[in-house]
Amino acid sequence: MLKMTPLNQTHRDMNAKMVDFGGWDMPLHYGSQLDEHHKVRQDAGMFDVSHMLPVDIKGDNVRDFLRRLVANNVDKLTLPGKALYSCMLTPQGGIIDDLIIYFLSETWFRIVVNAGTADKDVAWMLKQRDAFAPHLEITPRRDLAMIAIQGPNARAKVWQVIPGSQSTTEELKLFQSTVVNQYFIARTGYTGEDGFEIILPAADAPAFWQALHTAGVAPAGLGARDTLRLEAGMNLYGQDMDETKNPLESGLAWTVDLKSERDFIGKQALLDASVTQQLIGLVLIDRGVLRSHQQVVSQQNGVEYQGEITSGGFSPTMNQSIALARLSVQIAVGDEVDVLVRDKKLRAKVVKYPFVRNGKTLV
Amino acid sequence: MSVPTNLKYSKSHEWVKPEADGTVTVGITHHAQELLGDMVFIELPEVGRTLKQKEECAVAESVKAAADVYSPISGVVTAVNSPLVDEPGKINEDAYSSWLFKLKPSNAAELDGLLDAAAYTKLVENEDH
Repeated sequence: MLKMTPLNQTHRDMNAKMVDFGGWDMPLHYGSQLDEHHKVRQDAGMFDVSHMLPVDIKGDNVRDFLRRLVANNVDKLTLPGKALYSCMLTPQGGIIDDLIIYFLSETWFRIVVNAGTADKDVAWMLKQRDAFAPHLEITPRRDLAMIAIQGPNARAKVWQVIPGSQSTTEELKLFQSTVVNQYFIARTGYTGEDGFEIILPAADAPAFWQALHTAGVAPAGLGARDTLRLEAGMNLYGQDMDETKNPLESGLAWTVDLKSERDFIGKQALLDASVTQQLIGLVLIDRGVLRSHQQVVSQQNGVEYQGEITSGGFSPTMNQSIALARLSVQIAVGDEVDVLVRDKKLRAKVVKYPFVRNGKTLV
Repeated sequence: MSVPTNLKYSKSHEWVKPEADGTVTVGITHHAQELLGDMVFIELPEVGRTLKQKEECAVAESVKAAADVYSPISGVVTAVNSPLVDEPGKINEDAYSSWLFKLKPSNAAELDGLLDAAAYTKLVENEDH
């Protein structure tokens, strides 16, 4: 039996093609994935991301607990409402999940985790809580829905739908959030465009979705979500990283704080690690489509290096194929590599990602 | 579901149109493009290539996946729809006018072994359940 979000019937009513996404019955697209992608880059689209799980952590000194739990430093969160992207690591430095932490008050932080990892994430948090901060209350919030509204016109359309929201959210900077009535509104997303992610009571989600649709926000499915995040150079858990990979070889060194005195789970392993691989971008020069798990071969000073594409696909914005690949640190931006596609070797160029931000191609 | 009655079909979701000059035109079905989603890349066989029935001869890639196209019958490729390479989305708009290649059959009897519209409709319905 597949799990369903509060918007399941809404998607079906809008003729979505539904797919099994890690045990969740989710919309892949509502007709054309390409149209949905362009709509987000050029105007405004919305995604049901209620399969992701908000987890509330409440009690005295939540911050202390999080200093230990995650690899990024929650001391960067000084203003209430501020958000932080981080990995949660195993003692060996492997990535249990990547998540966003919202600082609401010193006694209340909210963490949004991935759908596919939600159960193991909560189990891990509870285990650490029991050992180090048994007074804290950890509550998975399956009573909430989450909708991401993304695109250059996304915020303006939200303002039309939620009365009074413009004055309170217009000044929000990236990675800041606030509460307006029953809506938790954050200026975050997974597309490389401006917009909001809004958490709200599950029962209110269908009417809110309909109101956004009436205001001209296009429904967009997981298909467009994947091509948008790939263009934006954002990692997908389970594809670009997992528990066998650490953040340093997953393009996420910038999210790890190794400088402060603070100890966190996985820190020693990262300090001891010798990093031989990196996550880097590819743009296909030949015709074809890059896909995850394709092998990458490159020569560097007479030495052959093997690598693998972790996420690949067709970029609708660039009208060519792009990928994230895990390659040797010997390979540099500007190099050319071969990708094995079926029985052929296709030529690709190594680039720095993101590929696309705010509607513009960067590579 | 759109399954024209004037065409023949393979079990691997190609459509075949016998032409007056004895050649056949081949494409992928409406059902196939629906399964694949938005098409983004097409690779066509070379004109003059000899194909066996069920031989892989073209590639159709969508935003979602790559699919091999199989030759529904044996023959020699006499023409390919080159403009389609630059506009793969035409297949999503109309799968039956967006042909991939034409063949001169080497064994016309193979045509009789293909499915008619009713049999293909049934095949697709059974797949959906």
